[in-house]
Order: sequence, then structure tokens, then C-alpha cells
Amino acid sequence: MSGTTKTEILTTDGVPLKDSLKKAERKNKIRATLLVLPLLLFIFFTFIVPIGSMLTRSTDDSYINKVFPNTFKVYQKWDRQGLPPEEVYAAMFLEVKNASGFEIGKASTRMNYAKSGWKSMIKKSKRKFKKIDVNDGPFKDKMIEIDKKWADKEFWLALGVMVDPTTYEYYFNAIDKKYDSEKNVIDQPENRQIYVKTWIKTFKVSILVTFFCLMLGYPIAYLLATLPLKYSNLLMICVLLPFWTSLLVRIVVWMVILQQKGVFNNLMVISGLIADENRWQLMYNQTGTIIVMTQILLPFMVLPLYSVMKTISPNYMRAALNLGASPLHAFWKIYMPNSVPGISAGGMLVFVIAIGYFITPELVGGKDGQMIGNWIGYHLKTTLNWGLSAALGGILLAIMTVLYWVYNKLVGIENIKLG
Amino acid sequence: MNLPKYASTGQKIGYYSFMTYCGLVFFFLIAPIFVVLPLSFSSSSFFEFTKEFMKFEPEAYSLKWYKQMFGICGEDVTTVCTNKWMLGVRNSFIIGIASTFLATALGTVAALGLSRPHMPYKALIMAILISPMIVPLIITAAGMFFFYSQLGLTHTFTGLILAHTALGTPFVVITVTATLTGFDTNLIRASQSLGADTIRTFFKVIMPLILPGVISGALFAFITSFDEVVVVLFIGSIEQVTIPKQMWAGLRQETSPVILSMATCLVLLSIALLTTVELLRRRSERLRGINT
Repeated sequence: MSGTTKTEILTTDGVPLKDSLKKAERKNKIRATLLVLPLLLFIFFTFIVPIGSMLTRSTDDSYINKVFPNTFKVYQKWDRQGLPPEEVYAAMFLEVKNASGFEIGKASTRMNYAKSGWKSMIKKSKRKFKKIDVNDGPFKDKMIEIDKKWADKEFWLALGVMVDPTTYEYYFNAIDKKYDSEKNVIDQPENRQIYVKTWIKTFKVSILVTFFCLMLGYPIAYLLATLPLKYSNLLMICVLLPFWTSLLVRIVVWMVILQQKGVFNNLMVISGLIADENRWQLMYNQTGTIIVMTQILLPFMVLPLYSVMKTISPNYMRAALNLGASPLHAFWKIYMPNSVPGISAGGMLVFVIAIGYFITPELVGGKDGQMIGNWIGYHLKTTLNWGLSAALGGILLAIMTVLYWVYNKLVGIENIKLG
Repeated sequence: MNLPKYASTGQKIGYYSFMTYCGLVFFFLIAPIFVVLPLSFSSSSFFEFTKEFMKFEPEAYSLKWYKQMFGICGEDVTTVCTNKWMLGVRNSFIIGIASTFLATALGTVAALGLSRPHMPYKALIMAILISPMIVPLIITAAGMFFFYSQLGLTHTFTGLILAHTALGTPFVVITVTATLTGFDTNLIRASQSLGADTIRTFFKVIMPLILPGVISGALFAFITSFDEVVVVLFIGSIEQVTIPKQMWAGLRQETSPVILSMATCLVLLSIALLTTVELLRRRSERLRGINT
């Protein structure tokens, strides 16, 4: 620095102050990190790793290659013209014969996703192969005799998509596409196209629920924010009590209210608004899902709105009214724009929670109210198509991550408040 | 918000229709919860208000669903009497208390670290720690279902407790961090300069001040575990019934009014918990000198 040597400031120990401060800083950093570390590790191993390992299943196709290693090795030499050579049949024969029933069951389930018919064919063959000796080749004609599907080239071609141990097929399945035998992406047959519809429905329900929450939540948040504290505290309890009540209790209650002979329909019949024989079907359909989800998610809309509205000074409105605006005009031009952060925070929160809902649609949704979360559960527990459930989960998680990133930009995740 | 005396007719109409609308929304929020209370004393086997019930005929009222819930099987009990409800209550409390304890300990310590000004990568760490609250339960359940079964943790209490601890920690972290904002760090220095070591400072100085936040965080963690059904459905065994799981089963298969009795008990529990949290919050704000 322009010729003059700057003398360093030293501490009493003779160490430069800068170094000493840095050391103290580092010590503090380590101390803070050590406090956070136990929980961070805990969350990592009990939560992050499980979800990560689930996501790897969505592209994992290695199991079938483990069960039929030789078949796939010789399969690749096949020119795809006419039926495969004897070599392929022989390898398949030996591996079906020698594998355990469990392995064959799992592998053939996977093969069935590529072309239905594989599972029954393998199951039947496995049983009959027992009678054929391993040295009794050639096997081609014998296998065709057992099940003539072995002579169907289509089945052999379908194996082609499984050669690669990594697959994106589950992701394509999740949006109603699939591979053909040359690994081109094509549409699923018309009658199997369910997921695009479900995704659209999930978005539609979430958007409607968010809209209704806003319509119901905005006025009461406004009331809560403008009332004197002793009244608003009391009313706040009305918002918080549902929040603290068990989700299942609230669903039970709505079943009591919404069913055909429920409270709502009874009241309508007694008051003569509808006839006894055409009671409304309010449950086990999308209407039910939307009503119940709106009531359940309403507090998540009201609380962020309230905390933003609390900061809007009443003087702004007074000034606008003073300057001659009508109350509605003043509200629309002054109050509303000031409350936009609350609207976006609440709306985002409700939408994000709604999109991943499982319990409510499962219990009150019926067939028509099922959302994407229900399909994840269905494939997990009933069809055991874990690859597909992982892929659906992966897409849902990606959507959530984007939405939360936006939420974080808008509100900041650390500003989430409870009660 | 009051209507001035000089308000015009239009303003009056606007004001009263706004108030009515708000009243209806509050009714929509709160009234459903109280519908179950009377119905749980009905003797009908269906979830409905019968004519006799509305006319206050004594035969229409009964305590039999409560008796069934407590596993007391008398002569007037028609359906199969199982003691699964009490088993569920026991399991729910075991899992709930154990996971609350773990979550509170881990969460409080982490919140102390996070509130220090020297914490590196604070935003990222906060996002990770809060993620269990954000990720949809069905995805959490799916992940845990695969991973815990590889470790042999499915169908065990350990697995359920670990899972619920993970789900409960974000609440503890959030409430304790909120209590720590505005915490006067000079108090820690004062304590240390007077010769107290770190542990003593923590229990004698920090803890009493953040206690309201810790307790309400713990209550949040407890209610999260107590109310959680998706993870229990996927990683718990058939015998591991909890209250919500039993209610789930009740709604899907049996639809017995015992559910209504249990729902009534849970509503009372939630009122008790809410009151506690509200009182604690006010106490905490008073302690920290924030006037509401």
C-alpha cells in the first residue's frame, strides 16, 4: 500500500488480532455446527436417505438382468428377424428351470409390464419344465409345444426394453407413455391412460381448494386483523382448534354431515329445499374431497394472511377514505395490494399441501376423487409396481421442490409460523 | 372495526353482510367438530341423527359405544367387542411419548445451534431440517417402507418411533427458533463470567427462558405423532394398531360408532392441548417483553 508498511495490530499474546479473531470465529462456527449435527444426521439417515433410495427404484431395472443373465447376453446377438435362435431358447429354459419360484415371480411381473401375457406364460412353463431334462435339447420346439406364445415374436421383442439395467420407462408410464419394442416412446393404449387425467385432476382439485380457501379465508383474516385484540384472540381459537384436532376426527365428522342420510341432507329435506328421494350425493366423489379439504386446509390460509394483514396500518385506509374513495375502492386500491404477500404465502402453502394429499381423498373421495398420492399408495401396497410408485413420487417431489423454492423466494422458509 | 354512527344504508348493508359472511365461515370451521359430541351418545348403529334421538327419547341414548371403546362388553353390545381401541391408545402413547422426547431433545439443541450468528449454510440446513414437514406423507411413507424394510425396522416400534421423530422435529426447531429470536445473549455471558459452565448455563439460564417454546414444540411433535396414520399404515404391522389407524380401519371396514366416541375424546384432548399452547405462547411473549 503505497510504500508505507502497515503495522499489524497484535493481541496481548503477540498473535495478530486478525488471526485471533478468525480462530475465535472458527471455534464459534464449529460449536454451532456441533449443536446442529445430531439432528442433521438423524434427519439424513431416517428421512433423506430413505426417500433418495426410493427414487433410485424409479429407474432401476437390474433385477430382471440378475435373474436371466445368460438369456440377455445371448439375446443381444439376435438379429430381430424371425424367431430367436435355439441358443436364446436354451438359455431361457435353463434359467427359468433353475431359478427359485420367488425370483421368477418377481421377474415375470416385471416382464408383464412390458407385455401382458408374460407372467402366465412363465408360470406355466416353470411348472412344465420340471419334466424336461437339462440335457434334452434342443428346447425350442419343446417350449413352443408347452405354450405357443413362445413362438410369438412380439413377446421376444418386448424383452428388448429390459436389457438396459437403467430404465426411464416408469417415468414414461407415469405420464401414460411407454416404450415399444424398439425403445421408441409411444402412447399407452387408450384404456390404460389414467395418469395424465389423474395429474390434471390433482391440479384441478388443489387449485379449487386453494381458491375456496382464499375466498373463505380472506374475509375472516381481515376481520381478525382489524378487530380489537380481546375479540380477535377469541375468534383466533376458532381457527386454531380445527388445526389441533385430529385429521381423522374431522373426516369422520364430515362423513356424518355429508352422507346421504347425514346432517346436511336431513336439514335440506326438513326445510323442504330438496325432496326426500333426491338427496344430494356429497360424499365419495370430487365434491366431497373439495369440501373436506377446504375445511381442513383453511387455517393454513388464514394464518399467513393474518400475519401479513396485522402489519398493514389502518391509517392507509383512513387516508384513502379521507381523500374521497368509496370503501370498496379504497379496499381494492389500498388494502388489497398490501395484502398480496399474504395471499401468495397462504395460497402457495395450501396448494403445496393439497397436491400431496392422501388420507382425505382415500376416505371421502370415492373413485372419482382419487388424486396422485392415492395411486402411489395403490401401487405400493396393492399392485407392488414399486418402480411406478417411485416414479410418480419422484415427479410429485420435483413439483413440490419447485413450488417450495418459489415459496422460499416469496416468503422465506424460516418465516413459517405455527399458531 | 366498528360502524360509525353516520354510516349510510349502503355501508350498513355492506357491513352486516360482511359480518354474516364471516360468521358463516367461522361456523364452517368450527361447527363440524362439535357435531360428533351428541352423536356419540346415540344408541343407533349408524352415523346419523335418528328421529327418536331428536325427540330426546331415553332409548335413543346410550353409553354403549364408550363402554366398547374401553373394552367393557355388556349385554347390550351387539357388534363384536374388541379391545383394539385400548391397545391403540396404549401404542399411540408409547410411540407418541418416545418420539416426542427424542424430537424435543434433538430439535432444541439444533435450534440453539441455528440461532447462533456464526452458523454456516444456515438457509440450506434449515431447509433440510424442515423438509419432513413439507414432503407429502405418502412419499415419506413410501421411502421409509422400502428403506426400513431393508434394515428390518418395519413392523417394529423402533421403526415407528424413528419415523415419527423425524416427522416431529421440524415443529420443535421452528417453535424453539422463534422463541430464541430476541434472546439476550448477554445473559449467557453474564452466567459464564459468574463461573457457570456450559451445562449449568444451559439448564439454569437458557432453558427457563426458552421453556415455553420447547413445550409447545413438544406438544406439536406429540400431536403430529398421535395423529399420524400414513406412515403407520405402511411400515407398521397389523398388530401395531394406533388410534388413528384404528379409526382408519373403522372408517374403511366396520364403520362402528365407537369411532365417534373416540373422536369425542380426541376433540377434548385437542381443546386441552390448544389451551396449553395458547397459555404458553402468551407467557413466553410476556417473558420476552413482547406485548400483544
